[in-house]
Amino acid sequence: MTIKSNAASVRFDAVTKAFGDVVAVDQISLLIEPGKLVTLLGPSGCGKTTTLRLIAGLEMATGGQIFIGDRDVTKLPATDRDVAMVFQSYALFPHMTVGENVAYGLKVSGVKKPDAQARSQDALNLVGLADLGDRMPSELSGGQQQRVAVARALVLEPQVLLFDEPLSNLDAKLRRRVREEIREIQQNLGLTVIYVTHDQEEALAVSDDIVVMNNAVIAQIGTPRELYEVPSDAFVADFIGEANILDCEIESVAGDMAQVRLGDIVMQLPALNLAPGPAQLAIRPRRVDLHAEAVAETLPGTLLKATYVGTHMEYRIETAHGEIFAISGDVDDLHHANSEIRVGFRDPGPVLIPAA
Amino acid sequence: MNKFVALWLAVGLIGFFVLPWYTTDDAFVSFTWLRDGWPLDADYAPAIIQIFAHGKIWLAPLILFFAAVVPVLRGNPSDRLFAATLTFAGAGGLVFLLLQGFTIGIAGWEYASLEALFGPVERQFGMGAGAVLVAAAFLFLLTQGFAARGYVGGDLFVAGSIGLIIALITAFVFFPVSRILVSAFQDNQGVYAFSLFAEKISDSKIWGLRCLSENVSCGVAWNSLMLAVSVGIGSTLLGLAFALVTTRARLKMGKAFRVLTVLPIITPPFVIGLAMILLFGRAGVVTQFMASTFDIPPTRWIYGFTGIWLAQMLAFTPIAFLVLIGVVEGVSPSMEEAAQTLRADAWTTFSTVSFPLMRPGLANAFLLGFIESMADFGNPFVLGGNYGVLSTEIFFAIVGAQNDQGGAAVLAIVLLAFTLTAFYVQRRWVGKKSYVTVTGKGDAGLHAMLPKRLTWLIFAIVIPWTFMMLVIYCMVMFGGFVETWGRDHSFTMRHYADAFSVTTGEHGLIWSGAAWNSFWTTISISAIAAPLTAGLGLLTAYLLVRQRFAGREAFEFGTMLSFAIPGTVIGISYILAFNIPPLELTGTGIILIICFMFRNMPVGLRAGVAAMSQLDKNLDEASLTLGANSFTTVRNVILPLLRPAIAAALVFSFVRAITSVSAVIFLVSADYHMATAYIIGRVENGDYGLAIAYSSVLILVMLAAVSLVQLVISRRKLGRRTAVAGAEQAGAVAT
Ligand SMILES: Nc1ncnc2c1ncn2[C@@H]1O[C@H](COP(=O)(O)OP(=O)(O)OP(=O)(O)O)[C@@H](O)[C@H]1O
Ligand SMILES: [Mg+2]
Repeated sequence: MTIKSNAASVRFDAVTKAFGDVVAVDQISLLIEPGKLVTLLGPSGCGKTTTLRLIAGLEMATGGQIFIGDRDVTKLPATDRDVAMVFQSYALFPHMTVGENVAYGLKVSGVKKPDAQARSQDALNLVGLADLGDRMPSELSGGQQQRVAVARALVLEPQVLLFDEPLSNLDAKLRRRVREEIREIQQNLGLTVIYVTHDQEEALAVSDDIVVMNNAVIAQIGTPRELYEVPSDAFVADFIGEANILDCEIESVAGDMAQVRLGDIVMQLPALNLAPGPAQLAIRPRRVDLHAEAVAETLPGTLLKATYVGTHMEYRIETAHGEIFAISGDVDDLHHANSEIRVGFRDPGPVLIPAA
Repeated sequence: MNKFVALWLAVGLIGFFVLPWYTTDDAFVSFTWLRDGWPLDADYAPAIIQIFAHGKIWLAPLILFFAAVVPVLRGNPSDRLFAATLTFAGAGGLVFLLLQGFTIGIAGWEYASLEALFGPVERQFGMGAGAVLVAAAFLFLLTQGFAARGYVGGDLFVAGSIGLIIALITAFVFFPVSRILVSAFQDNQGVYAFSLFAEKISDSKIWGLRCLSENVSCGVAWNSLMLAVSVGIGSTLLGLAFALVTTRARLKMGKAFRVLTVLPIITPPFVIGLAMILLFGRAGVVTQFMASTFDIPPTRWIYGFTGIWLAQMLAFTPIAFLVLIGVVEGVSPSMEEAAQTLRADAWTTFSTVSFPLMRPGLANAFLLGFIESMADFGNPFVLGGNYGVLSTEIFFAIVGAQNDQGGAAVLAIVLLAFTLTAFYVQRRWVGKKSYVTVTGKGDAGLHAMLPKRLTWLIFAIVIPWTFMMLVIYCMVMFGGFVETWGRDHSFTMRHYADAFSVTTGEHGLIWSGAAWNSFWTTISISAIAAPLTAGLGLLTAYLLVRQRFAGREAFEFGTMLSFAIPGTVIGISYILAFNIPPLELTGTGIILIICFMFRNMPVGLRAGVAAMSQLDKNLDEASLTLGANSFTTVRNVILPLLRPAIAAALVFSFVRAITSVSAVIFLVSADYHMATAYIIGRVENGDYGLAIAYSSVLILVMLAAVSLVQLVISRRKLGRRTAVAGAEQAGAVAT
């Protein structure tokens, strides 16, 4: 394997991008370490693509600074940045063969033809398309085109490799396979990869770190596990997996633990730098327990709906603190709709987040 | 060392120290100056020698602006000083060059006050190769300065292209048109006379309305307006009829109509008028037939409004058709199907759904027809008789006995006001709307059939019209083989022999026919102009579609403007502007080429914009992120994918250069005589046979050119070659 990695870090320093009145990226600061795969995740229109294009040099920041490695690239156009990008539409040049597509970057940077051919063949081998160099892009399947786009980006051994929703044109099965392939290549070569998606499952599956964006700012940065288990606010909690958000009261804080009251329940939870006063709890549906008879430290409620979905049961419960959604793996011992019920929480379960 | 700064500095220095500073010869590329006394002769000397040997001391400061650039040759583009220096040197050099050009002319100082201030100076002529190179060098140094400041993302190619196009449009569209405005306010001695202007512009020859009450002709402005409105309405309705027949009547003939519509595009506009004279003139076939069979005395009815209207309808309906066929096809069938499932019958569907959706397109077609009719020169010239319109009156004001430049300028302003208003309305009001229904999405379903009544009506119009077109083209093709039209209908090759005979002499072939000279000039000038026009149009399209930069809107408006300026106006503005230094171009072939470039650029521009909007922008971005710069991207990715648009732009520019009359008629000279001007001259002398023979040869040449270019360029190489190759491989493995 002769494709090497020149992985470099990417740093954003209070970067802003405005299109006229629309601020697509607002004062973002961010450090992406070399050799990591980081996903940008967030709802439609939150500025993911814009962030990616800022790194590529396809958009110019209206404020702040961008570094790749140690170099300030803020004013550098795309041509002069050592960054490659895989587009959502793949953007394969339809008038060139697969081989010509992959060799294009080498050709325009003045690599000799035999060299360029050998290196693009290496890249095609790497993505498992060794024999398809003479085909036209229109003669490939969607998954193959996607891999050609990856090979075309890899062959330049870029410092940073960018993917903008690379899998959204593929069907569900292929999506799983290709994302594993991308992850494997990234880990084998030690590439710095920044990956945009709005599919949270995809993000959780492939990333070292996830950057959750909302309304042009970063909502939270962390490993998949951190984001899932310790979301920093209601938006993240709800966006990554589902969560019940309930209002609660922090009664006191001692060290890094807080005493939290929710109705009759009093819990000791990590304080996460919150001060006493109103706050909220985020609780994953699988962390909710239902009891038919009275148990200490539970909330009373009415079971509104019970749905059987094969692998598990889904319940909706009305309580004095709002509606709670619960998932139970126990499909044999059923609770029935309209019955009175007690709702308890597992440990670890509820996470404190700031009041809305 | 900064490569680009060095390059343009070198170009500038060559212009200053080596090439002749003033215009030398009017050949495109001529090196006779090398033998004729260069570098010392006053006519051919470069700037440096002009300064020291011929007293043109005012050229000396130019060298300072080049010197200013030298310190930043090794500079870093992100340096503030670098940008500032280049901007200063480029802008300063350009401004100084223009100042000296406009203040010192063929008689020394242009303004007496300056002469009083600085004392008398030598006279000087128009800019030559040297001066042009120096100007280009300053321009591109300036754009590099802008790029270094971060304009258009610091892209040198894009900044340079924008600068180039702005400079060209200013020099060859805005400057000449502004000269018209100025000279409208001057009397024929060049003295400003506002009262004269007021008197001229309110002249009853322009605005007179006595025709309403008495039997005299109206003012030419009203004539033009009436003609343009009725041609606009007529060609729109007729174009709509053709478009409906082609798309909605499920006819096999649909394709044939499309071919028929190409014909008028490759026909010089006045040829239709000519054919109409052969049919309906006093000696025309139809007139003679009517006279001998029904005893209807021949009249001159064809000369005047009716004749011009008919000829323009024939000439411009295809344009309306081309606009409307897109609109008619763009009305989504699913909307019509929806109406039908809601129990609307065919007529209700058409009148409540299909027609309202087409309305913006109809407005568009009307305005195009209006502008074309206003601008048309050939047909009113041939068929006008006493019915004067603006475009012909402008010509007679300049060429006729009066030689009244100011009068022509006033008429030109009126004409320009009409077309610009129409252009403005078209852009503002319909330009955007007309695209709404065209989604570019494949839409299954079938267009609703036309209601029966409407179908019959349309057939009743379309069939006779098609028949008439056919007759007219037969006339054009065979008219050249007849001895004297209307009197002696015996077969002859005489006209062709007169025009295109070739004899052999002792030095090989002799092109002895009378038409050869103008024929070769036309072909070569059009062939040079076509790629330049297409290139300019496509480059502009690239900037408009793919780049965002400050001032883009104004840029777009400026580039489209030349479309709204009638040829006659361009013609006289070029005479006014380029007769004197600093740009002395009249009488050369270059002025014809430039005229074609800016008259026909919108065609390439539109083809380019349409094609480029369909190209995924990610393709260019992919190329940029792979390390190609914008120029390489244009060359390797965009151009290859634009082949059909390039072909279209090339063909259209070539054909329009050959067929254009209105501007050309002012700009031809003894050395550069163009076919259309020559033919118009023959028509004026009543030599219809030769005129028709020449026209049909032109049509055939253009037809050949169109087919050839289609064949060579437009084959796209995105094909699927594996269907066969793959099967072969599979076969080889199996055996
Ligand atoms: N060229 C532009 N001009 C004006 N506004 C823009 C432009 N590009 C993006 N925006 C705006 O910036 C915001 C962020 O856009 P962006 O494309 O980054 O979203 P995204 O997170 O990638 O969304 P999606 O998941 O739908 O792709 C949006 O509100 C969008 O409308
Ligand atoms: Mg996006």
